[in-house]
Amino acid sequence: MIANDRRLDRRAAMRTLLENRGELLLVTGLGSTTWDAAAVGDDDRNFYLWGAMGAAAMIGLGLAIARPDRRVLVVTGDGEMLMGMGALATIGVQRPPNLAIAVFDNGHYGETGMQASHTKAAVELTGVADACGIKAAFDITDELGLSKFAGRLRNAATTLFARIAIRADEPPRVLPPRDGVLLKNRFRRATGIEHD
Amino acid sequence: MPDWRDQIFTALKAAKIRQVGYVPDAGHARLIELCRAEPTIRAVPLTSEEEGVALAAGAWLGGQRAALLMQSSGVGNCINMLSLTKICRFPLLMLVAMRGEWAEFNPWQVPMGSKTQAVLELCDVLVYRVERLEEAAETVTAALDITYNGDLTTAVLLAQRLIGTKRWVK
Repeated sequence: MIANDRRLDRRAAMRTLLENRGELLLVTGLGSTTWDAAAVGDDDRNFYLWGAMGAAAMIGLGLAIARPDRRVLVVTGDGEMLMGMGALATIGVQRPPNLAIAVFDNGHYGETGMQASHTKAAVELTGVADACGIKAAFDITDELGLSKFAGRLRNAATTLFARIAIRADEPPRVLPPRDGVLLKNRFRRATGIEHD
Repeated sequence: MPDWRDQIFTALKAAKIRQVGYVPDAGHARLIELCRAEPTIRAVPLTSEEEGVALAAGAWLGGQRAALLMQSSGVGNCINMLSLTKICRFPLLMLVAMRGEWAEFNPWQVPMGSKTQAVLELCDVLVYRVERLEEAAETVTAALDITYNGDLTTAVLLAQRLIGTKRWVK
């Protein structure tokens, strides 16, 4: 970590997004954002991805359509979002008002040796989201922007997107359960879904 | 007797399918139209088929059933995403319109079309194939039953012979 790097700390950013989460449902992407959510605190209403890279935003869409009574937050990394970038186009067409997608962007593939991602060189995900029709798309680089976005999460009337610039560091891994059936069933139970 | 595509739609409705992800295919055109017009179904056009696997997982987490419509070429796009349905045992029915088989005009459809069933089976998807019109709806209903009785991923392949040969020269 560079001492004068003023980009946001990923763990603190996750904490801000989940503060007083109420009924918020959370989906995290393969890799660091899953560890970030677990570090804030394991919760039955978190659905963590341990694989299926590129799936996070679309799981959020299916969930948001199925549960219009709940707010749904997807937090994923730049690499995971890049792999499923078509999802932004699909979500731009549907735009459920209860869905928010936050991308923790450190410009690197953190799990595989910190290789540079496309966002480091050229790609602006906020612009991509906006061009896909997700007009409430925010480029967040500081605490103030982050806390404003966290506030919007509670009551937005349209799909939200945020690209959140975070430092490219690797805080200690905090691992949530990795049994997929357990994660699925406890999520449904905790959110009042009877077995079908 | 209603059209076989209308019968498949009736089977989806009877099974309380609430979200239908699709990448358009001529063989599914009628079914897509019916789903889009149905108020109890949210039809979601996808840019690529694997999005639909994840969509269905999210739907299930939220208590809804989803189905996925695609052409056989799209099955290849789903391979890694099918690890999601397998490892979490998300129920999912895929309806696959076949290309690259019966009297196919376009040879570029053949490599994926000829391997579609094998690829699905390697991914532990249960595969049912429909060759005759009168079997279409009952096969879809049976696949839906086993999907939701067992939290399994299934695919119904609609043979190109059933759908009809694409006419290239008018």
